[in-house]
Amino acid sequence: MGMAKEYHTISQIAGPLVFVERTEPVGYGELVTIALPDGSTKRGQVLDTSDEIVVVQVFEGTGGIDRGSGVKFLGETIKMPVSRDMLGRILSGSGEPLDKGPPIIPEKRLEIIGSAINPWARDNPREFIQTGISSIDGMNTLVRGQKLPIFSGSGLPHNDIALQIARQAKVIGKKEEFAVVFGAMGITSEEAQYFMKDFERTGALKRAVVFLNLADDPAIERLLTPRLALTTAEYLAFDLDMHVLVIWTDVTNYSEALRQIGAAREEVPARRGYPGYMYTDLASMYERAGRIKGKKGSITQFPILSMPGDDITHPIPDLTGYITEGQIVASRELHRKGIFPPIAVERSLSRLMGQGIGAGHTREDHRAVSDQLYASYAEGRDLRGLVAIVGKEALSERDRKFLDFADAFEDRFVRQSKDEDRTIDQTLDLGWELLSALPVDSLTKIDRKIIEKYHPKQKK
Amino acid sequence: MADQKKGKISRVAGPVVTAEGISPRMYDVVLVGELKLMGEVIKLVGNKTVIQVYEDTSGIRPGEEVVDTGAPLQVELGPGLLSSVYDGVQRPLPVLRDKQGDFVSRGVTAPGLDRKTKWKFTPTVKKGAALEGGAVLGEIPEGNIVHKVLLPPKAKGKLKNISEGEFTIEDTIGELDNGTKIQLMQRWPVRQSRPYVDKLLPDIPLVTGQRVLDMLFPLAKGGTAAIPGGFGTGKTVTSQQLSKWSDAQIVIYVGCGERGNEMTEVLTSFPELEDPKTGKPLMGRTVLVANTSNMPVAAREASVYTGITIAEYYRDMGYDVSLMADSTSRWAEAMREISSRLEEMPGEEGYPAYLAARLSEFYERCGRVKTLSGNIGSISVIGAVSPSGGDFSEPVTQNTLRIVKVFWALDSKLRERRHFPAINWLTSYSLYSPILEDWYRKNISEDWNAVRLWAMETLQKESELQEIVQLVGSDALPEEQRLTLEVARMIREFFLQQSAYHPVDTYSPLKRQYEYMSAIRKFSEHAKKAVSLEVPLEKIVSLPCRSDLGKLKFEEAIDQDLKKVSAEIEKQFAGLGV
Ligand SMILES: Nc1ncnc2c1ncn2[C@@H]1O[C@H](COP(=O)(O)OP(=O)(O)OP(=O)(O)O)[C@@H](O)[C@H]1O
Ligand SMILES: [Mg+2]
Repeated sequence: MGMAKEYHTISQIAGPLVFVERTEPVGYGELVTIALPDGSTKRGQVLDTSDEIVVVQVFEGTGGIDRGSGVKFLGETIKMPVSRDMLGRILSGSGEPLDKGPPIIPEKRLEIIGSAINPWARDNPREFIQTGISSIDGMNTLVRGQKLPIFSGSGLPHNDIALQIARQAKVIGKKEEFAVVFGAMGITSEEAQYFMKDFERTGALKRAVVFLNLADDPAIERLLTPRLALTTAEYLAFDLDMHVLVIWTDVTNYSEALRQIGAAREEVPARRGYPGYMYTDLASMYERAGRIKGKKGSITQFPILSMPGDDITHPIPDLTGYITEGQIVASRELHRKGIFPPIAVERSLSRLMGQGIGAGHTREDHRAVSDQLYASYAEGRDLRGLVAIVGKEALSERDRKFLDFADAFEDRFVRQSKDEDRTIDQTLDLGWELLSALPVDSLTKIDRKIIEKYHPKQKK
Repeated sequence: MADQKKGKISRVAGPVVTAEGISPRMYDVVLVGELKLMGEVIKLVGNKTVIQVYEDTSGIRPGEEVVDTGAPLQVELGPGLLSSVYDGVQRPLPVLRDKQGDFVSRGVTAPGLDRKTKWKFTPTVKKGAALEGGAVLGEIPEGNIVHKVLLPPKAKGKLKNISEGEFTIEDTIGELDNGTKIQLMQRWPVRQSRPYVDKLLPDIPLVTGQRVLDMLFPLAKGGTAAIPGGFGTGKTVTSQQLSKWSDAQIVIYVGCGERGNEMTEVLTSFPELEDPKTGKPLMGRTVLVANTSNMPVAAREASVYTGITIAEYYRDMGYDVSLMADSTSRWAEAMREISSRLEEMPGEEGYPAYLAARLSEFYERCGRVKTLSGNIGSISVIGAVSPSGGDFSEPVTQNTLRIVKVFWALDSKLRERRHFPAINWLTSYSLYSPILEDWYRKNISEDWNAVRLWAMETLQKESELQEIVQLVGSDALPEEQRLTLEVARMIREFFLQQSAYHPVDTYSPLKRQYEYMSAIRKFSEHAKKAVSLEVPLEKIVSLPCRSDLGKLKFEEAIDQDLKKVSAEIEKQFAGLGV
């Protein structure tokens, strides 16, 4: 790279941005180091470059930088070292070891702004991942290569759900190399500990790479953390043939950092102060999930997102929902009822479910059972509203059955313990058991042949 | 004089690059930097040229060279388009993969049409013919259709010679007496619409095989429709259903800023499916433009133009083309992103003030037309709209609704209930219905419109009754009104719900739709009589013919079953004394 020239021509510092004048030509996106008067250095990236002025976004925050600080442009965009030895390591939100382990000896240095997978090179994600959680496996099936976030809210047990998935997720009948990449952005150290303890307890840490940007770490660093995590994941998946599950949390903290940059640049915001390019920016990360033709590995993403004010129309969950392949929605109502995992089945969705279920994947009756469970649960829930007004007595016999069904569905199908790992057969059989309490002629989503084969009371 | 074709970069801000020292025309393509990234001139101010770049600009610096190509962004038109998969600026994705590997990198050019393939050309005009622009010169078998080779719109003259035989797209196949050489390929600037003679009344339906669309809110060939809906409500599935089953001869599917995996799904499912009309592979009538959300936004902005220009080309051959744009909101956001980098005055929610104009220019390019060669062709456009927060009052939805004639409103409440397609039957509309009535009368049944009206009315009544039910419960209603609720429920659950994933249910021909709704209506009429004879409603709704009506849509033998059930309705009601 040669010696980079050092400039002392900072003309303005605003929020996370530093403006540098009279430089030689600097590349867009170039990595920058800034030497502070106290001897420390910070890193940044070029956001705008022209003959007159260069705008740098500083990842570790601009605190302590003064007009005289020395700015170096390193002549290349941000790259990170990757290696197999990263497995088992705990790194900071900008990739420095936190675990007192040795430095990582790179096998490769990769751009952290990944390029898009050529859509022509993608392979269809269609391998069923059994999480052991009925409301996911039965109703919102996850497949390898999918990006499926959990939309949650403060105080809800999303971390437990994520951990249960990380522990239990498997592809039935296959023994393959897998890894977990965990990227934390702005979570509390207590939360981070919670994850780390579980990883250690279950031995998962050996197969994990952890990136930690905690609540008291610089907000702007959060723009790097998920990209480091995903670059690592790509290396493990597509160079080393592993099946990688990426858990990153919390997308909301990431998005706030993005908003901060936008505000500092005095950009015209789109909705509620978030930048107009937030969709594109989030997509540049969520789209780094998938499978590639001819490659063994895969990247599955399970991002955690807490919805500000439980509002699913807030720009962060909204834009996310438009990019990801469905969402698992955590429900405060179920949580209050003491049901774990509190998954709002009716609001959740897995878009890739169709490709991963049915004969040859799970079971031929899967689609029909899940459609029927949805429909009947929805009907039961509607009736709850009515009962509140007219009382249960006003309901017909049929309606009462649906009402009971909705309760049983939540209590037995959705509810399970934190270490209960149900097989897909157990999940579907449980579904049938609950459905068999309803009149057969109300099972309009299931065709005759399937009823005759699986319905506990109608089997031929 | 200084060389006006070469200049230097003075600023790089994401996808927007400013250059000095060139004086190109608006919308000229320029090559940016040492990597020669493709870009397009979008603004000229003073001596500055502002360029939107179709590729990632990381590492590009001020001082690097910019070259004006002197030509606007164009697409290549000719045989070989069908079955192709392009990015937003017509680079074939398979070629990019061969050149760059699994990830899209930068600075690679790849022409839209293959240079080596030879096409069997048979002229249909003779030497000496006086030809106007757009005239049909001959034919080539391509995909599922006959590719008509057209004289470029602006050419004209007497035909000096023309040859039959096998040609590549760059070979000369003939010549006009004014010296114009004719090739199988022509180019056309994407931001300019291709000329035609006249717009015609769109009075033929675009049959989609989707019951709720065809029966209640039909689209005409040459018409425009918008499908707005919050995330996960079914825009993509509906668009894909239309591209699979609609009775267009050519389908252009523009994946504009959406998911990579969705493109993969199209790419894996289409080759296995048959065109319902010709029985040939579906890919043979399809062109895919795939510029996913993580591909450069400027190319996303261009992708809808690339798509519609290809659509116009096939329309000019006299074909019915349908174009799906999923999602037009991502296109609008690309405009917003570029506009904000230009520091333009923003309009509502940061969108540029010209948003409405761009949308209407785009939709204006569809229609049923008389082509330059005297044929009739059409372009129907179905635009998905992704309103932020699922709120239809936002600018893209509102501006689109001012233009399009069909509104298919997707509804998150229906989606939560797994009512698919989640199209709200109370708020959706089609302004083509009256224009199409004649066609249904002649081609399907005299009765079509009456059946349709009956269904709409029943659903309308249901919604009024529902309000009462919410207050007092359904038991408080008189039997006759409770029957209306039951019948409306049959219309909703049996007829309107249609699974895209069920092999039989996924597609329903018009005749069958008519028979199906008629059978439900017949049930309703008999049931009404039964109620007036004081047969309890419980008894009526538990007749086997009722649940049979619901299940037959999944049966292979659905058309026979419909006849049988229709006869059963009479028998079973007779059993109740009706
Ligand atoms: N006609 C249908 N039949 C069966 N399922 C459907 C149908 N339409 C939609 N769905 C279901 O709804 C899911 C979401 O649909 P789709 O992907 O089309 O939504 P979308 O509106 O395009 O969402 P986004 O804006 O996020 O792209 C599908 O994965 C499928 O499960
Ligand atoms: Mg979609």
